[in-house]
Amino acid sequence: MSIQGRRGLRVALPFLLPSLLGAALFAILPIIISLLLSITSWTGMSKVKITDGFLRFVAEHSVGWDNFAAILSDQEFWRALSHNLYFIVLYLPLMLLFSLTCALIINAPKRGTGIYRVVYYLPVLTSWVAGSLIWKWLLSPVYGPINNFLSFFGIEGPLWLQSEVWAMPSIVIASIWKDMGFYAMVILGGLKSINIEYYEAARIDGASPLQMFQRITLPLLSSVLFYVTMLSMINAFQLFPQVMVMTKEGNAGPNGATMVMVERIYKYAFRYGKMGYAAAYSWILFVIIMAFTYIQKRGEKRWVNYDV
Amino acid sequence: MMFKKHINTVLYHVVAILLGVMAIVPFLWMLSTSLKSSGALLVIPIEWIPKEPTFFAYKRLFALTGIVRSIGNSLVVSTGAVVVGLLSSSMAAFAFSKIRFKGSGFLFMMFIASMMLPSHVIFIPLYLIMNDLHLVDTLFALILPYSFKAFAVFMLRQQMMGIPDAYLDAAAIDGASLYRSFFTIFLPLCKTALATLAIILAMDAWNDYLMPLVLMTSTKNYTLPIILNALSGQFKTSYDLLMAGALISVIPLLIIYIAAQRYFASGLQVGGVKG
Repeated sequence: MSIQGRRGLRVALPFLLPSLLGAALFAILPIIISLLLSITSWTGMSKVKITDGFLRFVAEHSVGWDNFAAILSDQEFWRALSHNLYFIVLYLPLMLLFSLTCALIINAPKRGTGIYRVVYYLPVLTSWVAGSLIWKWLLSPVYGPINNFLSFFGIEGPLWLQSEVWAMPSIVIASIWKDMGFYAMVILGGLKSINIEYYEAARIDGASPLQMFQRITLPLLSSVLFYVTMLSMINAFQLFPQVMVMTKEGNAGPNGATMVMVERIYKYAFRYGKMGYAAAYSWILFVIIMAFTYIQKRGEKRWVNYDV
Repeated sequence: MMFKKHINTVLYHVVAILLGVMAIVPFLWMLSTSLKSSGALLVIPIEWIPKEPTFFAYKRLFALTGIVRSIGNSLVVSTGAVVVGLLSSSMAAFAFSKIRFKGSGFLFMMFIASMMLPSHVIFIPLYLIMNDLHLVDTLFALILPYSFKAFAVFMLRQQMMGIPDAYLDAAAIDGASLYRSFFTIFLPLCKTALATLAIILAMDAWNDYLMPLVLMTSTKNYTLPIILNALSGQFKTSYDLLMAGALISVIPLLIIYIAAQRYFASGLQVGGVKG
């Protein structure tokens, strides 16, 4: 009898309503609007009301695929994309190395690992604005501590964020600092799920720690590492706040050295008022992310071990 | 053999401490800078620990218009995000786990699929929608989107699936309505998951950059990160001031983190994709 009282959409609807309303207004509707905007020449100057004649507005200002064609034939787009890829090439291996090391340290059967767990996670709590300001100051060429520390060893540090060559690596360094603890926790979850008996058996067979790491830990961790790689790549394509705050001066860093895709989308929309163009840009980025995720997913079988 | 073991132990601690130093030195530098006078910033060799520590930077910071208000705004937005997010997500999770209805599975899949949607696609249309709702430049614009958090629904649904239906049956026999059972039985039973989610949502709202940057147009409605961002443009090299501001924005999260350690261990990885 009581089961009867918990059946049917009419019973469920009141509970679902807030979420559904939220989903409609802040997820589904935005997708539709964004798709429609991406084929318009809307500059943000003319007032647009979604509730009042939006479709007519779209029809009147439609430029078809022009925005997409214009973006793809613009040198600047390819430059921004190449900067994103450059970031990923530098960031991804370092991030994997650092977060895996952190996770292994926390997971070690030793006393006092709790403190490392806390310390490694601190940067994750920090907002990117605060984190970026700290790093901007750390990397300040003359009065910053990093170059002063280097000069202690007789090394003349680079101009970091003010140098076209070093600006992106600087962003990478700050990003590793910020993200390492987060991915370490994800990897730690994977390490915890490895059965200790494997290690015990290996120890009895006389395996060295390095052998155990190569033959047991890495293969059994490969699915988690794959997940981390995918997640961090998706996030890396959307690199934004650190670039906005750390290279505020000029147009995205010295000579545009840290010009990246989301930064472009934001500026096209809210600085240059090219809303339609920016919407199209955001969909191109979406497709790029999807494509990279798909390629990675296809490569999954080759290096992920699921024989657990 | 013994010797090798020692080397391994030493190596372990060296690497562990080096990484710890890397993680923590930026915070110490922030603290140290915030306690310097502006003159002491530009001294070589640099003062790692301020010779004459002063709270002047903090005084100057709080005297600036908008700072106190932005802290209040951030508090309101974080609290609002937690209340709206938890209520709406737990209700949906209850429907998905305990009420049978047609299309339940499909709808849930749609929720999960929406997690793939990146924020960079959303923010332009979101601005338009908020504009139509007359919510641009109000804190509501930052709070209301928390009514739809798919990962929170997912996490709470997992939690509620584990609660036996017998609880509901017993409550129904005693004449309790479904709403009452939800609030008095289910929510208390999900305490840990709710607490974990509360921390995630509060942190998200407190640290968010893109949405408030787009949606808050006047200084009086800035959240803490946005006013810090604005200050960094205005006072480019006053790092004593900027570090004091950064420190103030970090402190509440540090306190929550240390107080709520166990919740962090349990579920912080769910909200993996940013935005």
